[in-house]
Formats: sequence, C-alpha cells, structure tokens
Amino acid sequence: MTDERKSVALAKLAAAFGDDVVSTHGDFGDDTALVRRERIVEICTFLRDDPDLRFDLAMDLTGVDYLGETPRFEVVYHLYSLEKRHRVRIKVRLPEEDLSIDSVVPVWAGMNWYEREAFDMYGIVFRGHPDLRRILMYDEFEGHPLRKDYPKAKRQPTIGPAE
Amino acid sequence: MTRQGGGSGEYVLSTLEAMVAWGRKYSIYPFTFATACCGIEVMGAFGTHYDLARFGAEVVRFSPRQADMLLVAGTINYRMAPVLKRIHEQMLEPKWVVAMGACAASGGFYNNYSVLQGIDKIMPVDVYIPGCPPNPEGIIDAVVAIQKIIETGAPRAAERWPIKI
Repeated sequence: MTDERKSVALAKLAAAFGDDVVSTHGDFGDDTALVRRERIVEICTFLRDDPDLRFDLAMDLTGVDYLGETPRFEVVYHLYSLEKRHRVRIKVRLPEEDLSIDSVVPVWAGMNWYEREAFDMYGIVFRGHPDLRRILMYDEFEGHPLRKDYPKAKRQPTIGPAE
Repeated sequence: MTRQGGGSGEYVLSTLEAMVAWGRKYSIYPFTFATACCGIEVMGAFGTHYDLARFGAEVVRFSPRQADMLLVAGTINYRMAPVLKRIHEQMLEPKWVVAMGACAASGGFYNNYSVLQGIDKIMPVDVYIPGCPPNPEGIIDAVVAIQKIIETGAPRAAERWPIKI
C-alpha cells in the first residue's frame, strides 16, 4: 500500500475486504488487486454495485499457468465501468491440487463464455457455472491445451462427422 | 479423339469415354471451402482479371451436391474437420479435391493442438497448391491439372486413399 497513484477502486476494495485483498498496485496506471478466492463473488458484487465504482462491464476473464510456481494457476478478471470510465484488474491464485473457484456468472452474465474458455484451456473449474462445457475444443478432446505442460506436438484422433 | 475428312464432310472418331471426359473437363463446377486468406485469392481467380471461366470452371456451386471439385482454401482445425468431411461425402461421384495453400496441404505453420495437419488426413486430395497464400495462377494451374486427370483417365486420389506410409 505504498503506491500513491493508487485509485479509488483499490482503496475502497482494500478498506472493505481487509486481509482478503492480498496486495494491490497501480503501476503504469493498471490498477491491480490480488485477492483470495474464498470471497471472489462478494468482491465482484461490491465492485459492480458500489456507487463510486460501478464496474458494470466484464471485459475479460482468463487463466494463466505459472508452471513451477506455487500456487500454479491464476485467474484474471478485467473490469470496466462505462459510467465512471475506469478499469481494474483482479487476480486470484489457485493451487493445482484444488483448481476451482466460484463462478461470477451471477454477477456478470457475460462472464459465462470466458469461464468456459478458461475451463477448456486450463481445466479451471468454476463452481456454480450454469453450463460448464468446453467451448473451443471438441468434447472428445483430452487435456487442457494451454497448460504449459501440454505437449506441443501432441495430436489427438481426428473426429468423424457428428451424427 | 481424331479429326477426319475435310471440307464440309469433316467428322470425329472417338470413344464414348473420351467424349464424356471432354465434356467434364470443360465444365468443372467448383465448391469453394474458404476459411482463411486463401479465400481472397480464390475470389481473385474467379474475378475478371484472372477469369477462371476461361477454363470452364466458373460456375461456383454453393451446394456440394451440385459440385465436381472441392477447393479447400484455408486452415482446417479439428472442430471444422467433421464439417469438411461431411461436405466431401455429400458431393456426387466423380469428384476431385484441391488442397490450396500450406494450411490445407500440411497444416502450414500452425503446428499446434487445434489445427488439422493437412486435409489428406481426412479425405483424398488430387491436387495440392503450394504457397501461403498461393496466387490465382496457382488455382488456374490446379484446374488445368484436374482437366489433365479427367482427360487422360488417370486414377483419382480416392483410388489410392488412405495413404499408407
């Protein structure tokens, strides 16, 4: 909490959630908060509904695989406020052995396909997602191709015409 | 076919097969399956400048059931492969397949988890056009190559498929 350029969003977030906000920074104008996964839905609801913040547009959700680090995976939320015209980035680290987090589809319906993509590419399970299926790869595909330990040259059987 | 006689009494000696092949050769109906930048070159080939109509292959069919030549122009990934295979199965015999560009021929530089490494994994290919993307002359060359196959009765790729390595 030393960066003075930190925005109102990060200040309010840290004040409201205390220890559940692990760290924040405003480097290069990119306001970022690393939070604990247990209260992610509460945090997102707060960011959406607070009258000073109003993060009403869920721009992106993606996974990251930091192979070799502990915890290994990360989920990143990019949020934007159409009314206040400001942005914030929320990061959550997830351990490999319990790769799950609560879905934020109840907060932003637009996160539905992003969460399916993160599930498809990284195997991150979003608890409470209404329809957690693969979205880019076909159902018979085995594994999660954007994980860093997925073999680059691995080929899977070609599927026939769908009946 | 041999031309005989002269003046007003000219006539042609032929076989029925050669006559049919001659008709097919100049009326190839293409079906273009364009999924990437190769499709732009296909448009150029059918357009006025290169004018594929000069080779009798200008009637683009948008139903595979009416087409003779499947022109696969672009990257085919594993999700698209069943669709392409279905379209190929819907075409009536005799049919020919052209794999246009690096992606359709071999996967191109997309050596990854999602891209089919050449459409010859799922269907017989008669003519490959190299290039990324090939220019319209390449497409004309492929049409002429298929005309040669039709004219000479050379075996189609379907007769030696799947490829044994």
